[in-house]
Amino acid sequence: MAASATPLPRLVERGSAGDALSLGFVTAFLSVVVCLPIAALVWASTGGAFWTAVSSAEAVAALKLTLAIAAAAALVNAVLGTITAWVLVRDEFRGKSVVDAVIDLPFALPTIVAGLVLLALYGPHSPVGVNIAFTRTAIFLALLFVTLPFVVRTVQPVLRELDTEMEDAARSLGAADRTVFRRIVLPTILPGILSGVTLAFARAVGEIGALVIISGNLPYKTEVASVFVFNRIQTGDRAGAAAVAVVLLAISFAVLLAVGGLRRLATRHERA
Amino acid sequence: MRKVGLRVVALGYLGLVLVGPLTMVFWRTFEHGFGTFWSTLSEPNTVHAFELTLLVAAIAVPLNTVFGIVCALAIVRRRFPGKGIVNAFVDLPLALSPVVVGLSLFLLYGRGGWFYGFFTGHGVRILFALPSMVLATVFVSLPFVAREVVPTLREIGEEQEQAAHTLGASGWQTFWRVTLPSIRWAVIYGVVLTTARCLGEYGAVAVVSGRIEGKTETATLRVQDQYENFNLAGAYGISLALAAIAVCVLVAMTMLRPREGAPA
Amino acid sequence: MSIVVAGVSKRFNEFVALEDVSVEVARGSLTALLGPSGSGKSTLLRVIAGLEQPDAGSVTISGLDVTHRPPQDRGVGFVFQHYAAFKHMTVWDNVAFGLTIRRRPKHQIRTRVAELLELVQLEGLAKRYPAQLSGGQRQRMGLARALAVDPEVLLLDEPFGALDARVRKELRAWLRRLHDETHTTTVIVTHDQEEAMDVADEVVVMNRGRIEQVAGPVDLYERPANEFVMTFVGQANRLGDAFVRPHDLELVLEPNGATREAMIERIVHLGFEVRVELLREDGEPLSVQLTRDDAERLELDRGQIVYVRPTRQTTFT
Repeated sequence: MAASATPLPRLVERGSAGDALSLGFVTAFLSVVVCLPIAALVWASTGGAFWTAVSSAEAVAALKLTLAIAAAAALVNAVLGTITAWVLVRDEFRGKSVVDAVIDLPFALPTIVAGLVLLALYGPHSPVGVNIAFTRTAIFLALLFVTLPFVVRTVQPVLRELDTEMEDAARSLGAADRTVFRRIVLPTILPGILSGVTLAFARAVGEIGALVIISGNLPYKTEVASVFVFNRIQTGDRAGAAAVAVVLLAISFAVLLAVGGLRRLATRHERA
Repeated sequence: MRKVGLRVVALGYLGLVLVGPLTMVFWRTFEHGFGTFWSTLSEPNTVHAFELTLLVAAIAVPLNTVFGIVCALAIVRRRFPGKGIVNAFVDLPLALSPVVVGLSLFLLYGRGGWFYGFFTGHGVRILFALPSMVLATVFVSLPFVAREVVPTLREIGEEQEQAAHTLGASGWQTFWRVTLPSIRWAVIYGVVLTTARCLGEYGAVAVVSGRIEGKTETATLRVQDQYENFNLAGAYGISLALAAIAVCVLVAMTMLRPREGAPA
Repeated sequence: MSIVVAGVSKRFNEFVALEDVSVEVARGSLTALLGPSGSGKSTLLRVIAGLEQPDAGSVTISGLDVTHRPPQDRGVGFVFQHYAAFKHMTVWDNVAFGLTIRRRPKHQIRTRVAELLELVQLEGLAKRYPAQLSGGQRQRMGLARALAVDPEVLLLDEPFGALDARVRKELRAWLRRLHDETHTTTVIVTHDQEEAMDVADEVVVMNRGRIEQVAGPVDLYERPANEFVMTFVGQANRLGDAFVRPHDLELVLEPNGATREAMIERIVHLGFEVRVELLREDGEPLSVQLTRDDAERLELDRGQIVYVRPTRQTTFT
């Protein structure tokens, strides 16, 4: 008696017309919306003008400033975001669900509004007497705001799934709480932290809305790369804008690669 | 004891960076009284700005919803070469600066761009008009529905659809009656995220629209315009309206957020 | 005494997991905590380990009061039902963990881990990750890991519960042999009475947060303290107030003064034994256990009327 049953029809084999249609649609849509504009950008940046534009003092300063502050904001949020995720997963207190909801505020609130209110709170008419408007600190603060949810949201699910029995096992083997965190918890949540940090970094590097008002974009002082590109477009210097824009594009692709790699890294121990 | 310490750190941080600024919106707006708030909101150019924002969203969100569902189905259920590239391009808007998005559209449809001749020849304005604003908004809000639907589809598996097939349902019927209902909540959550992104878009639209007051100025662009023209009341008024919408979005997000292991 | 539990109580919100539980575990013995789910056996084990804090009572290990000490300071080895393997570490690193954090010298760790891996028969798999091992292998790793730090007491929480039947029996026998070699005081939690009887020197039967009886396997079966123990540890028929084991019911074809009438509902052939399921005239079911030979001799059939007589019975006042 044959042990095998008739295999169920797989969606892939059937309706190849539907196959082609959906793939065609996806390709067409992506091309028109994403690929062609990006191609046009890369094309516009090729040519002799690229290196001169990208190595101009102002461009370099803008890029350096952007990378430095974005990295700082991402790292601060790595630490505080992990702590927040820990508190949200392991701690219990009244209003916790409200706090959990508020984390997503930077995703829901238009960035221009965020910039405006940060200015209101920490600018010239500050009710708490703090005035950091048009300084690098202001940029740092604005980037902290927009990148806050990233690490929290990537670490939360990993923490939730963490088998607390592993921690119990470590304790029963004599490990102090700090050792348990360092050797058991941290290695497990590290990929989550890293992917959150990488995404946060990319977001911070590209941020414009929150910075337009609060940074005052003084060249060499508080002019970040995205504002630099914006200004260059206004003044008609397309080549200059395109050059720096392509650098930002490259950073974005690098970040996506990194996140993909981290995902594979995180699951490497799960694959037999 | 350490627990309380961590809690204080986390809550303090959130209060400083999130809650403080949020309350400022409400305070500053009503500082000048409710009357001023209402008059700024009912100003014709502001009304037009909101209408324009909603119009752009009304076009972009359905487009991205359809794309998101079809794309997710293709990625999860079909085999095709270049899946990694498709994934990369779908995720790109999450990592890319909106200004770069705007510039790339500017270069494609603007003077000297590949499509400039074609559209000008047919008398269609792309830049400094609605089409480019829609394109920009679609670009930046592209990933959300797809990214929410993909994991849900993977979790559900193909068994329900296979069952429908054995019962005689056609591909289309299966899609409408089995697939779509099973991903319904993921789609809704994705739509909420997409809408929020559309309403809050600034950088890309700022580049391509020309920010012409009363014509191509969205609500977010208008906030900045009002601020630069020293009309703080106006800026805060619009901001409050946007913040109120954002709070509604937050509530929707919290209620709809997919829980681990929740039924489809 | 190796472990002394005195007056321990524990509740989780409304649920009373343990109520005034006192028990002593002899040094070098293998004791089983046996009971149905919700009986409190796992909670008791975790209280001994320090993974739960009791609301009242005390726990003493090797003469030291450890009630308020964290698990790190109790000298216990704990083996979990779902292994609790450190997924991001190799088998070697898992087993070496306790020694590594105590900063033992490298060569000492190397020798001890190699020794243990040989003991649990995982020598060739040292470099693998837990995801690459079978359930049985993972549990052997868990045991080696717990033994690595020479615990005073070894605690196992339903260690074979997640494994399939054949592997369970193998590991059970293996655990017993291991215990005979090492003589570490061991406490094992199980809901499987066959497992408890097979492996333990002494069995603590628990039900609803209380201890019903503490005895060796034979005493438990032959002289159960109450109805619960009798029916939990083995099958029992109810005849009025009395309880009768299936193998203590004599089955005959002709009535005599002491027998009761019953009809055969089902005859189940379990290899060497035959179980005859009967229905009494008052509708109550009875189960009789016969040898294959006896069953053949009687030539039993479904629907046949037969007569039963208890040769031994137990009553609880």
